[in-house]
Amino acid sequence: MTFLFLSSGLFLGWSLGANDAANVFGTAVGTKMLRFKTAALIAGVFVIIGAVWGGGGTTHTLGKLGAVNALAGSFTVALAAALTVFWMTRLRLPVSTSQAIVGAIIGWNIFTSSITDYNSLITIVSTWIVCPVLAAVFAMLLYTLVRFYLNRSRQHILRIDMRTRIGLILVGAFGAYSLGANNIANVMGVFVPASPFKEMSVLGLFTLSGSQILFLIGGLAIAVGIFTYSHKVMETVGGSLLRLSPMAALVVVLAEALVLFLFSSEALEQWLLTHGLPAIPLVPVSSSQAVVGAVIGIGLLKGGRGIRYRVLSEIAAGWASTPIVAGIITFVALFFVQNVFDQKISERTEYRLSEPVIAYLQSQGIEDANLGNWTERTFINPLRLQSRLRKTTQLNEAQRRTVIESARITPLYMAALIFEKDLDKEWFTSAQWQALQMTIGKTYTYEWQLFEDLQAKSADWKFKEDTRLNKSYNKELQEKRDFLVMMFRVKPAPDEDEM
Amino acid sequence: MAILFRTTKALETQIDDYLDTISRGVLIFKEGVKNYLEHAQPRFEDHLKSIDHYESKADDLRVSIESSLYSHSLIPEHRGDVMGLLESMDDVIDQSKETLHQFSVEEPLIPQPLHKEYLELTDVAIKAADEVVMAARAFFRDVNQVKDHLHKVLFYEKEADQTGDHLKRHIFKMESLDLSQKIHLRYFALNIDHIADKAKNVADRLAIYTIKRTL
Repeated sequence: MTFLFLSSGLFLGWSLGANDAANVFGTAVGTKMLRFKTAALIAGVFVIIGAVWGGGGTTHTLGKLGAVNALAGSFTVALAAALTVFWMTRLRLPVSTSQAIVGAIIGWNIFTSSITDYNSLITIVSTWIVCPVLAAVFAMLLYTLVRFYLNRSRQHILRIDMRTRIGLILVGAFGAYSLGANNIANVMGVFVPASPFKEMSVLGLFTLSGSQILFLIGGLAIAVGIFTYSHKVMETVGGSLLRLSPMAALVVVLAEALVLFLFSSEALEQWLLTHGLPAIPLVPVSSSQAVVGAVIGIGLLKGGRGIRYRVLSEIAAGWASTPIVAGIITFVALFFVQNVFDQKISERTEYRLSEPVIAYLQSQGIEDANLGNWTERTFINPLRLQSRLRKTTQLNEAQRRTVIESARITPLYMAALIFEKDLDKEWFTSAQWQALQMTIGKTYTYEWQLFEDLQAKSADWKFKEDTRLNKSYNKELQEKRDFLVMMFRVKPAPDEDEM
Repeated sequence: MAILFRTTKALETQIDDYLDTISRGVLIFKEGVKNYLEHAQPRFEDHLKSIDHYESKADDLRVSIESSLYSHSLIPEHRGDVMGLLESMDDVIDQSKETLHQFSVEEPLIPQPLHKEYLELTDVAIKAADEVVMAARAFFRDVNQVKDHLHKVLFYEKEADQTGDHLKRHIFKMESLDLSQKIHLRYFALNIDHIADKAKNVADRLAIYTIKRTL
């Protein structure tokens, strides 16, 4: 059954390869600086390397789909996102795969009456504007600089050609690596806890962990997508929107890489902050939108005559419809998966404001006389609990969210087997690991109980004060906490068709 | 990537070589005409042989450059332009070789008073050809310099036209010559002038290619 579910992840990987490879090699192929086959080969190899060994390619990443808590649900969400991206790829439009996924998750949220984090919606809409504009500005600056330099450097036309080509290959290879590293979690992340693979040694040279094998398969799916279907989108990016010169092609990918790096690199922000420098505000960026923005920037610099506005409007329409279509497909598909195929698309989540929860909330500074009204009552719909809280308590929005999160029942069993098999000791600090060891065999009803327990044993499990300097520390800690919950959560009985 | 590097270096050398060959070919033509007028038969024959050699070398180089450009799909944007440039440059050396051969085959009888003007015409035509070679070199290495050479090509081409015109008038005014001989002499003046015309042809193309390159 896992393999069947895995197939939609593979399909999502394939769609991702078919669409997103265009952001990396579209301009190179469109200007005929690289043959499609060469570009596909380089992209394929580096996507796989990025997926298996890249920054995100460790066991800990769950990706956005991690929010969906049942395998059949993840299957449907991934399938819907993949279908949407596939459809857009057929229309030769470069779209953002992550936005398709977020759209699909919102569809799942609505279907299962879960609470949607409206920040992700704002994120989506803001990338449509912020990201292309930034990329356009960068492309204009870079293009002017490069033109200025070339006019003075007296290089042979063939040498310029060679350097441009090498530049396109290097930036492309790096882009493909990042594509694999950043997106593999979305393709395969949710299947990590259910991974059927064992650790394997490759020719005695290196070993691949179970999840790395999973990521390898996902990476292969992306590579296959690049080889079989990315050609058309590459041409849209590299030629249909605006006729680019090879030099402009390089400027486009450089501008894209710069925007992605400067405006999404937490490492850079951290470095600037620790050196007492003003940090660049991090904005949500999408590579598809950056590439299109950069191409338009060069078109505008040349007077805007060469831009094909019809293609541009199609692309923009594709951006707007991607999350919406993905959401609708998910909603409809979930209905069928649930009612026709009788699969469980979400874990039944219960909420209970029991005495310990109220005590915990008090310790967090959240108090309201009416909170104690429903200590015996179990809610299965968080939306209902939310509206109850809104009507009867004086709590603000953020406090209400904390109440709901704290009331969510998440049975956890700290199984010794999982410690041995699935946890990577290196990922935790030694204090964190020691504290974790002391919880072996314990059970918890609420997530916060586990974390209270861990925090009492080691300060390393505590969040730091919420400042910009501590942001990445807290984010990493949150990732570790989410990962623990994912791994130790008590799975429902096997008759649920999950094995 | 090493292959790309090597191909690029080799091609750069080949293109330089090609331009050298054209330039040398037209210089040999000039020497050949001088030898013919001075009745220095053995040296004329030497130059005839060497212009043959350079002409065929230019052909080989051109074919090899063109096939490298295509098989390694280099300079996709300017490939057509570069091929057009190389082919039209080939016409310049072809015309020089053709004309020198005509001297050898037809052995025109050129009266002493016309020698100076024939030499002058050859000189100006060759200057036009030489400038266009420099313009082509600049096109590959430093586009901003192309213009500086192109206007000289146009200047020398006009000069060649005028000198040729003058020469032809002179020929037809000479009463000591038969009409058949006059026509024969005019034919040679015309062919030498054609070298400058071919150079101008290259210059016209280059002007457009250069605009495309700086865009």
